[in-house]
Amino acid sequence: MSQNWALSLYNILPGLRKRIAGSSGTAGRSWSEAVIESTIRVLGFSTIGFVLLIFIFLLREGLPMLWEVSPGNLFGTRWYPTFDSFGTLPLILGSAYVTVAAIIIALPLGVATAVFVREAAPGWAREVLKPLIEVLAGIPSVVLGFFGMHVLAPLVRNTLNAPTGLTAFTGAVLLAYMSLPTIISVAEDALDSVPKSYRDAALAMGATRWQTIWRVVVPAAGSGIAMAVMLGMGRAIGETMAVMMVTGNAARMPLSLGSLFMPVRTMTATVAAEMGEVASGSVHYHVLFGIGIILFILTFIINIVAASAIFKKRRKGGLR
Amino acid sequence: MIDIIARQSHARTPVFRLAFMAVFFFLVIDAAAGCSREKPGAVPEPDRSRRTIENKGSDTLVNLALAWAEVYMRSHPDVSISVTGGGSGTGIAAMINGTVSIANASREMKPEEKAAAKANGIDPVEFVVANDAIAVVVNPANPVEQLTLKQISDIYTGRVKNWKEVGGENRPIVLLSRESNSGTYVYFLENVIRMGESKSKLLFSPDTLLLPSSEGISSEIRQNPNAIGYDGLGYVTADQKVIAVSKYENGPFIVPSAETVKYYPISRPLYMYTAGQPTGQIKDYIEWIFNGGQTLVTKLGFVPL
Repeated sequence: MSQNWALSLYNILPGLRKRIAGSSGTAGRSWSEAVIESTIRVLGFSTIGFVLLIFIFLLREGLPMLWEVSPGNLFGTRWYPTFDSFGTLPLILGSAYVTVAAIIIALPLGVATAVFVREAAPGWAREVLKPLIEVLAGIPSVVLGFFGMHVLAPLVRNTLNAPTGLTAFTGAVLLAYMSLPTIISVAEDALDSVPKSYRDAALAMGATRWQTIWRVVVPAAGSGIAMAVMLGMGRAIGETMAVMMVTGNAARMPLSLGSLFMPVRTMTATVAAEMGEVASGSVHYHVLFGIGIILFILTFIINIVAASAIFKKRRKGGLR
Repeated sequence: MIDIIARQSHARTPVFRLAFMAVFFFLVIDAAAGCSREKPGAVPEPDRSRRTIENKGSDTLVNLALAWAEVYMRSHPDVSISVTGGGSGTGIAAMINGTVSIANASREMKPEEKAAAKANGIDPVEFVVANDAIAVVVNPANPVEQLTLKQISDIYTGRVKNWKEVGGENRPIVLLSRESNSGTYVYFLENVIRMGESKSKLLFSPDTLLLPSSEGISSEIRQNPNAIGYDGLGYVTADQKVIAVSKYENGPFIVPSAETVKYYPISRPLYMYTAGQPTGQIKDYIEWIFNGGQTLVTKLGFVPL
């Protein structure tokens, strides 16, 4: 289950390159092969077409908000859509806050797990861990949401003595958990692509295994790990159901560190909660689509950054 | 990215609820149809096409409307009634567009909705079909027993932030509410927070937790002694503590129930709207709701007329 297109692009690339290299050598391809190839090509391009169509649809439904709502209102701090206050700032900050907090939690865990699986774990442990991590990715988010609501939220409230357990922190923990499989598998690939000669050289110079891992292998895989983080971020910012169930959805401005233990409202939860009953074509409807545009652009930027990391790595011709 | 967008539209709770209800409902129809077929003395229908009444709207009313439809169809096997939720606004819009014959609503039609109906050549007729008390609930461990409307208003606007200011323990108050598209939210805002004053500009505090479902509210109330919430009396479970409410400072404080609702300050009528004066089967159904249907009202936690 690949969660976004940059990840699938990443997975497809090596195969594609091999295929192109292979096909140039064989003369006189058979007819059926040509059909198959063009079918695949059409399917591939149609994916791009779908993304474009979705973006056009979003623009058509969302752009009217720019002239229907004054900019001061649109980027204000009060979100009361039933009373014509469409301040999207708390929602944008809410999403950003939860996502960044989630990545801060997930990054050390994810990289450490990847290092353990790739570098330190004995063979049998690796065989058990890898499929288990894949299974982690398959847990439906609504199930995690229920877990968060009934187990994690009371735990957070009791241990931190917070007024409520439905906080940005609870959401960040769940999101960290959800982005872990992405981060682990991409980071592990990055570690995997560090040439054996690097390790051999380090060990030959008298470095311990620990020093080899943390001073040679992990820095060499740096760009790949950065990409893992970006992809994990893309996964986290778009998550809806679990976040809606555990963050409390209060549209307040998360401006201090203390806000981590207060409720927040994310963009995704807002769209999901309000789209169901909004009158089609109303100002509120257009603003919700506008939030969709903002989300789309954000994930697009994150994916572009992640994808450019792959291409940079390829240009350098180094590690892969 | 496609995936992200798709997930958002799938995750909408009303959609899930709708789908669930639709499935449930088809099962009910099927079962009813099955029974009537097996009955030896049943009159065979001249034509197989059954008359269908489409009924859509308020999520508050949906359980009651389902129960009504179920019982009514048992005695009228030639009629099928399909009930869906989605919210008062959705139901009224569908009635104006002519896709349903009866709209359920937990609030009156807004002036702009009436104008839209008129523009579409429809003259909506209003029926009050039941009453609903809105209960204010807290955790059973909370010692607070009673609040005035003014106190509840101060709590929900964020002016009162600690339970000790209203006679409770020294704990912060956590405000819970349904999402802003719920009819209950609008009713609570207008009649409790603004205390019925139409000029008032008071709003829910920005710190209010907006939860997507009644279940979200009851689960937080159950486990959090700081929380205060509100919901229709029919949705309040036994493990929540219902607060006695008074309109005036000196009381009387009233715990809502079927008997006391006449004196309870936060209760509202529930409506059904038809496009024009109902005729034929729809007229018969609505008349039945006013007579035979009222016994079901109490059973589901609402208040009969």
